[in-house]
Amino acid sequence: MADTATATAKRTVKFIIKRQEKPDAAPYTEEFEIPYRPNMNVISALMEIQRNPVKADGAKTTPVVWESNCLEEVCGACSMVINGKPRQACSALIDKLEQPVRVEPMSTFPVVRDLVINRERMFNALKKVKAWIPIDGTYDLGPGPRMAETKRQWAYELSKCMTCGVCLEACPNVNDRSSFIGPAPISQVRLFNAHPTGEMNAHERLEALMEDESGIEGCGNSQNCVRSCPKGIPLTTSIAAINRDTTKHMFKRWLSF
Amino acid sequence: MKGNSFYARKIHSLLGVIPLGLFIIEHALTNYSAFEHGKEGFVDSVKGLHGLPLIFFLELFVIWLPILFHGVYGLYLAFTSNYNTGRYSYGRNWAFALQRITGVITFVFVAWHIWQTRVQVALGNTTNEEIGQHMHNIVTQPVYFTIYFIAVLAAVFHFANGLWAFLVAWGITVGPRAQRVSSKICMGIFAIVSVLFLLSLFAFRSDEFAAAQTAVVGLLG
Repeated sequence: MADTATATAKRTVKFIIKRQEKPDAAPYTEEFEIPYRPNMNVISALMEIQRNPVKADGAKTTPVVWESNCLEEVCGACSMVINGKPRQACSALIDKLEQPVRVEPMSTFPVVRDLVINRERMFNALKKVKAWIPIDGTYDLGPGPRMAETKRQWAYELSKCMTCGVCLEACPNVNDRSSFIGPAPISQVRLFNAHPTGEMNAHERLEALMEDESGIEGCGNSQNCVRSCPKGIPLTTSIAAINRDTTKHMFKRWLSF
Repeated sequence: MKGNSFYARKIHSLLGVIPLGLFIIEHALTNYSAFEHGKEGFVDSVKGLHGLPLIFFLELFVIWLPILFHGVYGLYLAFTSNYNTGRYSYGRNWAFALQRITGVITFVFVAWHIWQTRVQVALGNTTNEEIGQHMHNIVTQPVYFTIYFIAVLAAVFHFANGLWAFLVAWGITVGPRAQRVSSKICMGIFAIVSVLFLLSLFAFRSDEFAAAQTAVVGLLG
């Protein structure tokens, strides 16, 4: 028993973390070596660094800053690049990661500090495409139309999107030279246009994706998004389906004038 | 860049297939006649094409202007993309990167190829009847042959993979199965059209196409 405890105490996990003091500061890397504990994830490792902010070479440093909430891969707050791939730190188990574990912020988004990024552009995109169902009014509108069960089943998959930003990080067309809105909001347009009440405003969401330069046309079909989505959302199917809808809408508008 | 890029991108996508995709197939078939029927057949094919009514306007609206728009806007698109095949080495991401790389190669090659052939005809340095000999003189030089070999593969890949992307961009192939099947068909098109072009490149290297040139040299000598 005592032997096992010593063996566990001796085991360590190496981390190489990309850090940044403030939004406009230059990034730098720091190495950490922390004691191994069974069933660790990247978040618990970051907590250990927070408790004892000492680098691998023994020098003291500031604690690494990160964001996290749910710790069960449903909120999207702890998204970061771990060993080269964007994912949630809470579901990144140390036992399944190659060491040293390389942790970086998702650089598609503005870095606030260390691993904390600003995902505001995703929420702005949801506002732009009106990713909601307008039912507010001055009187009770009564119950809406029913949704077919078969439709509800695939639409539910789209509703799993947690705005984590992984698909935007993986997309080669989301960058500072292009204003492409990214895969996630396009899939949300498909979700809300599939809803029987949401469908009543379908044209507004389609037009939001057609009307200025940051719409659906920025997709270049690299399909990294669908491979990267932690929730397994069929993003490329959503994009192609909305391609079909925007194309139809384009012809419909031309021919109605 | 401010403004609406939805329509620009849609026109770019459409022009790539109609007329440019159709033109590249027509070009492959015409060249292939050099392999299938030799010099006679090739000269007849070229004569047939240039005997079409309103040939200048056909060339202008079906070839030159579409290439200009598709090429220049395509260069801009290639510039606005990142290339991350190192981090995401999936087949489709490679196709995405190759689509842009082959697009740039094709644009440069087409400009040079038009200069070397169509512009030389316009300048009176060669004629439509002698274009076969003209090509023979070009592709018998190893450097030019290598350039043509690579550029033809790049151009045909760009067309075939672009056709796959066209089907997605216009919402024709939506689901993963449809997109898988269409990618197999498009790669089949890539193989067939490439073979047509490469066989004609080899045909142009044959002595048959050298004949008239030696005759001219003989006259001059």
